[in-house]
Amino acid sequence: MSPKKDLIGIENLNADNISQYLDLADNFLEVLARPIPIVPSLRGKTILTLFFEASTRTQISFSIAAKRLSADVVNFSQSTSSVKKGETLLDTARNIEAMKVDGVVLRHSAPGAAQFLGQRIDAFVINAGDGTHEHPTQALLDLMTIRQHFGSFKKLNVLIIGDISHSRVARSNIFGLQALGARVAICAPPTLIPLEIKGLGVEVYYNLDEVIQDFDVVMALRIQLERQQSGLFPSVREYRTLYGLTKERVQKMKRKSIIMHPGPTNRGIEIDPDVADSEKSVILEQVKNGVALRMAVLFIHAGGKIE
Amino acid sequence: MSNTLLKGARVIDPASKLDAKRDILIKDRKVARIEKSVADKKARVINARDLIVVPGLIDLHCHLRDPGRPDEETIETGSHAAVAGGFTSICCMPNTEPAIDSDGIVNYIYKEAARVGLCNVFPISAITKNRDGKELTEFGELLKAGAKGFSDDGDAVADNNVMRHALEYSRVFDVPIFEHPIDKSLAQDGLMNEGLVSTRLGLKGSPAIAEELIVARDLLLAKFTGARLHLCHISTKGSVELVRKAKKESVNVTCETCPHYFYYNDEVLDSFDANYKVNPPIRSETDRQAIIEGLKDGTIDCIATDHAPHCQAEKEVEFANAPYGMIGFETAVSLVIMELVNRQKMSWLDVIAKMTVNPARLLKINAGNISPGTVANITMIAPDRKWKVAADKIRSRSKNTPLLGTELKGRVRNVIFKGVLKYSLKD
Repeated sequence: MSPKKDLIGIENLNADNISQYLDLADNFLEVLARPIPIVPSLRGKTILTLFFEASTRTQISFSIAAKRLSADVVNFSQSTSSVKKGETLLDTARNIEAMKVDGVVLRHSAPGAAQFLGQRIDAFVINAGDGTHEHPTQALLDLMTIRQHFGSFKKLNVLIIGDISHSRVARSNIFGLQALGARVAICAPPTLIPLEIKGLGVEVYYNLDEVIQDFDVVMALRIQLERQQSGLFPSVREYRTLYGLTKERVQKMKRKSIIMHPGPTNRGIEIDPDVADSEKSVILEQVKNGVALRMAVLFIHAGGKIE
Repeated sequence: MSNTLLKGARVIDPASKLDAKRDILIKDRKVARIEKSVADKKARVINARDLIVVPGLIDLHCHLRDPGRPDEETIETGSHAAVAGGFTSICCMPNTEPAIDSDGIVNYIYKEAARVGLCNVFPISAITKNRDGKELTEFGELLKAGAKGFSDDGDAVADNNVMRHALEYSRVFDVPIFEHPIDKSLAQDGLMNEGLVSTRLGLKGSPAIAEELIVARDLLLAKFTGARLHLCHISTKGSVELVRKAKKESVNVTCETCPHYFYYNDEVLDSFDANYKVNPPIRSETDRQAIIEGLKDGTIDCIATDHAPHCQAEKEVEFANAPYGMIGFETAVSLVIMELVNRQKMSWLDVIAKMTVNPARLLKINAGNISPGTVANITMIAPDRKWKVAADKIRSRSKNTPLLGTELKGRVRNVIFKGVLKYSLKD
């Protein structure tokens, strides 16, 4: 199977597409364990990471992934709250085209930005998060981590807690988990749940204490403090009381269950420090898998050959 | 000047409920005769045998960006686009720069439209000065200059008391208040309809209730004041139901919708194509069906284009940063034919009424019908003609339509304005 030029989202991927990324990522994990963790697959290729929104770990993760594949990497980041200022994305696209890069990793605050860019340049585009739309590599690395722990997605129960409305991570994970056959539920106050989410086939809960014991995977999302200012919940304290992953709540979870978080965590808000560092937590495994998974994504979209 | 004779047309004149083969003789800029067979050896003959002939169409709602944004549209380019779409009378909304809120600007629009001379351009004046939602404009002076209604289009009149006073004051002149029903605090800066599709795409939604809340409020105020309310571009099932109920209670209300609300549903947003970004947003399939139902049962009186030109530089950006609006003059008739006539099997009389006699009555203008003695404004339509929308053929200065490259069916063939052939499709 040859992939599409760009990786914009998980919504349009099927189980086979997803497995292809995950299988290759598992292979690259072995490469990363070697004394010299580098392969020549993308030698001579130029990858541009273009980050218009503040992010350290995702950009570093992509950058390391590209270097492990021997690609030349150019990093650009400009945090602009208003993308209206300065050069337009269309101009950016034309400039990239003129400079002949092979691939672009784009982080942008506007939903659809990666698709917009992908339609206008020949280079492949990897969406590293487009506003509140999708964050496909995060979901793929989450799926990779889950698969390592449970082997399969059949009969797997996954609960996502937090600001679903504004979360690209939640969206991408919902699409991916469903494509692979998992049961997906969300838990949050209705103010943080988008309208008609049940149309996506997820279960919706408002009361975390009533359901947390049913799930194999519990994923907490980062809560953005500005959501409180816009009136979507009354206080951080109350959010923690109702939806925080506290030690007491975690004790009720299934014996073999795991806790995930896309990072960076607000310790003491959506997840307590001792929970984040507990043995149920796979947060650092997610980060580690992220490099291997992004190697797989870059490799596949750059048309790399397995030697 | 010589007489013009249309031969063998199927004439649809909703005002007289005429749907039959007729010849039409135009003499001295007026319709002289409509009969089964007219002979006039000296007349210039237009063979209309395969054409549908209707009164020159009337668009209640468009944006000509004049004064203010000549890079997007002017009265001149807008008139060219309108006539190519079959419109001989168009009402331009006042969200220009400066806003249409004084008799001077109304005069300018008439003067410029007369200079261009392709169609009537009727200004809708702002309800409040500078569209600020606070102080009423001089309704009397503006009407004397030729304004045909009042609207702060782009926004609703947010303040309940200002809206009450606008409606009350309009009773002096028996003139309609055109409301753009949207509650800003609920709509926030929503980019598309709030629902399953916005949930999938992560695009911020503008909920149906943001429209319906103002529709409900305005219907209550219209009932309370007894004034004439016209609701612009309604788009939701709830709005249709509210208007239907109000009409049964004899509230003095009319409303319009636009082709994009009966032709599309919000799944088209999957493309992130900013040409689909309009205000109100394209709604769900359930809403679309309800709009069609409202058109069929007469709840919705008029079809308007909400022609809203925007330059490419402003539209070809991230969806969130694009302005709201799509052009509509040149494709409206095709979408009406394809969806309402062909698919929904609405009668030509019912459909054309919503683009001729109904808006004419609302505006109290002497247009929208074909009968002996009236000024000859006539549109001829080739109902089965297929054509492809191409940017270089669009006569509007802006090309912001999602239909570029799409094949449509049904096209305006000829347009006569004040007895003169002003538009003829080049084969």
